[in-house]
Amino acid sequence: MANTVHIDVVSAEASIFSGEAEFVVAPASAGEVGIFPHHAPMVTSIKPGALRIKLPDTAEETLIFISGGILEVQPGLITVLADTAVRGHDLDEAKAVAAKEAAIEAMQNRTSDMDYAKAQAELSEALAQIQAIERLRKTTH
Amino acid sequence: MAGSKEIRTKIKSVENTRKITKAMEMVAASKMRKAQDRMRASRPYADKIRNVAAHLSFAQAEYKHPFLVKRDIVKNVGLIVVSSDKGLCGGLNTNMLRLSVNQMKTWESEGKSISVSAIGNKGFSFMNRVGANVKSHITGLGDVPHMENLIGTIKVMLDAYEAGEIDQLYICYTKFINTMKQEPTMQQLLPLSGEQLGSPTGHWDYIYEPEAKPVVDNLMMRYIESLIYNAVAENMASEQSSRMVAMKSASDNAKEVIGDLKLIYNKARQAAITKEISEIVGGAAAVS
Repeated sequence: MANTVHIDVVSAEASIFSGEAEFVVAPASAGEVGIFPHHAPMVTSIKPGALRIKLPDTAEETLIFISGGILEVQPGLITVLADTAVRGHDLDEAKAVAAKEAAIEAMQNRTSDMDYAKAQAELSEALAQIQAIERLRKTTH
Repeated sequence: MAGSKEIRTKIKSVENTRKITKAMEMVAASKMRKAQDRMRASRPYADKIRNVAAHLSFAQAEYKHPFLVKRDIVKNVGLIVVSSDKGLCGGLNTNMLRLSVNQMKTWESEGKSISVSAIGNKGFSFMNRVGANVKSHITGLGDVPHMENLIGTIKVMLDAYEAGEIDQLYICYTKFINTMKQEPTMQQLLPLSGEQLGSPTGHWDYIYEPEAKPVVDNLMMRYIESLIYNAVAENMASEQSSRMVAMKSASDNAKEVIGDLKLIYNKARQAAITKEISEIVGGAAAVS
């Protein structure tokens, strides 16, 4: 049996690759790292780039492009937690600011504090409607 | 034939309504399947990242991430409310919002202040209407949740936690159990408890490259994001199956209403015919 290591490439939105590999090259944040089976446990962040996986019994390499993420290495298992979005401190910050501003803008239309009585009245009304419909459904069947 | 025209129009209109609800039911059924697949697809990532995070939280002695540190005094609470963008999905949002509001009321009575982050239009407009302190929101996610759209909204809350503006972060969403059953759930996101992560096997530590702190920071943020993403994906699956069930019962109800109306229509028609015949017979009897 060839000397291989199991590699999983997963992102939050989908499982991208899973299988055995002889050799893996990943674009780590401090430079490219090559990983053979039985590597020491390691965690590192990876930057956008190509992940090269050398499959056993073939000369070809599988290429997977990832836009960053985290690489975890254990002696018999490599896990690549890939990002689905292009990330960066400034980009994230800009998104957060945009989300905040949108909320502030939406809140400007009103000044009152949280009105629990109103909230509960509204909810119980909606709930009563749903329950009434359900009861009606039961009796007519 | 008094009123038969009105009944006919009524039957026609109920039939049209039924066509729409039937179509919505079928659309929801197909979307539900896709949403469930997506929900399942997000699980391996969450499992993997939880394993790594569990390892880090135990193995790492030199640096403890703020997300893992419990605060003694809790004065400010953050709540992420995950709801659907569109209505017509039964009691899905109502049940979830009721759970949130009850919890918020409890917090308020304990003297804690609450900031809310809303994902989905229904929750956002509700929170806005009742005057909650909405810190950030995202609406119009569509049928496919994308991490990219969620990052900004989540980051506002995570930043607030790190800055000490909130001491605890909760998420409220509808958990998908099966097609017929969805349950509103409240879950604590921050601080992360060790039990939530599970304990790792053995005593060993990773090599960190380039350094422990940035890697751990990165990982923790991704972990929380994946939890929230998971909640959104699950909420979407719940939404579609809840809509499917609601539309199915609406179609069934429409069918029943049509049946009743047809009976009334036929009775009215029969009565009119009987009346006409008896009039003719009566007229003929009077003539002869």
